[in-house]
Amino acid sequence: MGAGHHHRIFRPGDSVVHRLPPECKIPALAGFVLVVVATSRECMWAFGVYALLLAGVAVAARVPAGFVLKRMVIETPFVLFAVIIPFIGLGERVEVAGLSLSVEGLWAAWNILAKATLGVVAGILLAATTEPRAMLLGARRLKVPPLLVQIAMFMLRYMDVIVDEMRRMRVARESRGFTPRDIRHLPVVARSAGALFIRSYERGERVHLAMMSRGYAGAMPMADGPGASWRQWATAAALPAAALVVAVAGSLW
Amino acid sequence: MHVPDGFFNLAVSLSAGVVAAAGVAVCLRGARRELDDRAAPMAGLVAAFIFAVQMLNFPVAAGTSGHLLGGALAAILVGPYTAVLCITVVLAVQAFFFADGGLTALGVNITLMGIVTVLVGWGVFKLIAPRRPPAVVAASFVAALVSVPVSALVFTLLFWIGGNAPIEVSTVAAAMGGVHVLIGLGEGAITALTVGAVLAVRPDLVYGARRLAPALTLRTADGEVPVAGAAAGGAPRPARPGGFMVAGIVVTALLAGVLSFFASASPDGLERVAQDQGFGSAAVDHALGSQPFADYGEAGGVPVGVAGVIGAGVTLGVGGGLFLAVRRRRPKAQV
Repeated sequence: MGAGHHHRIFRPGDSVVHRLPPECKIPALAGFVLVVVATSRECMWAFGVYALLLAGVAVAARVPAGFVLKRMVIETPFVLFAVIIPFIGLGERVEVAGLSLSVEGLWAAWNILAKATLGVVAGILLAATTEPRAMLLGARRLKVPPLLVQIAMFMLRYMDVIVDEMRRMRVARESRGFTPRDIRHLPVVARSAGALFIRSYERGERVHLAMMSRGYAGAMPMADGPGASWRQWATAAALPAAALVVAVAGSLW
Repeated sequence: MHVPDGFFNLAVSLSAGVVAAAGVAVCLRGARRELDDRAAPMAGLVAAFIFAVQMLNFPVAAGTSGHLLGGALAAILVGPYTAVLCITVVLAVQAFFFADGGLTALGVNITLMGIVTVLVGWGVFKLIAPRRPPAVVAASFVAALVSVPVSALVFTLLFWIGGNAPIEVSTVAAAMGGVHVLIGLGEGAITALTVGAVLAVRPDLVYGARRLAPALTLRTADGEVPVAGAAAGGAPRPARPGGFMVAGIVVTALLAGVLSFFASASPDGLERVAQDQGFGSAAVDHALGSQPFADYGEAGGVPVGVAGVIGAGVTLGVGGGLFLAVRRRRPKAQV
């Protein structure tokens, strides 16, 4: 869930993937994941090819495998769910090492595991190679509503400040000998959350006033560089196109 | 729980995306009304707050800890439209910058955790229509408590339509409903306490309590003069019959009960229709036939209807009890 976002994933670098404009990368990866999700689960080899494609992107972006693996823990709750499905699934049963498993459930578990893993790896690669600021610029060029982009921009800019404020409140609590141990300590934690809300809201008011005094009128000026060239679009489109070929081949074969 | 890619089939993912986009579009218009030109910085900071507060773990029982989802909390603190935008942005940032939650499942996640929790939380809050600060706290508890299991039921509904796992939908409904009533209790407690804490310090910041502020008065040498402009908006609304709140809780409980009943009953109806009409495939027929309890709608030995009623009963009992306790006292002390 929301927990565990203590480090951003972005890895600065200067590879082909890093240099691609975000407005090409985002649709390319979204398209890739769409193709993956649409692929029939019986077509196992296709998922192997998808994994190879992503490995190719990772190599091109010089993102080490260990880095990707470490970030994949985020998937754990759903891996647990996938492990349970064969046991509680309906339908034909098959004996595997003395356990009665549902055939349909095994297929479902494979389906969820394969697609979720490919999706998570694709997401990690996108986040690792795209600077947050550039990602927002890409979102803006992709015609995401400007208000939404601005909210995301302010959130990203002040996220660390707020999280840090929360950390200081925790240090303050702990330095007074308080550690939450059971449910009765909930009011203390909740009061901290309330104080954090007031501080965040008041900071928002100050930020707004500071921006008004600098001429803000509801829109942010953005230095718009030249858009992506057709060559860059073609490079980015290579990934979903390759996946699409695999998916079509898989469904015909 | 952020749904990853591949959990739902493509049709459900895309339709949920359309629902989410429509909901966000409505909220973009509404948020301008709630916050005018302050919308972007304020909503951005509130989104950062929600993001931070989701990291705030609190111990639930030995060894396990929970954390806030924040839909109802955001709705009560900053208003429903802004809340949906904030949570949408939090989820999008988590998906794109932290690879948490699938890109194709973003629509599902926004629909479930943003739109449904905010809509239900705010709806319940409005239904209770609290008129005193302690009632605002109690209403926050009930709103957050109801919003979580309803979100889980909508998840079950989506799962029934296009989930990629062969699990009896009533099993999913019972498991999700049961667990999420518990999660909802935690969410309700921390939401109510947080709203109470804000209400005690800056009552003007709580959107859900904005009509409760006393009318402004100018204290001059001649005595107190009410401020005309502020009094119009700030005066408490005319008193409503006390039965309204009880009726609100009853309607909420009925809705919860009927929804859970519906969720457990309809698949059987659909199975029957599918078999009668012959569009249930042979494989599905066989799958259902081979499982002795498949048609009884039992989960862990408890009929789902009963589980739903128990869940609704617990919700009603805890929420209503707290509510009555707070109302009976009519305290001078603010929470």
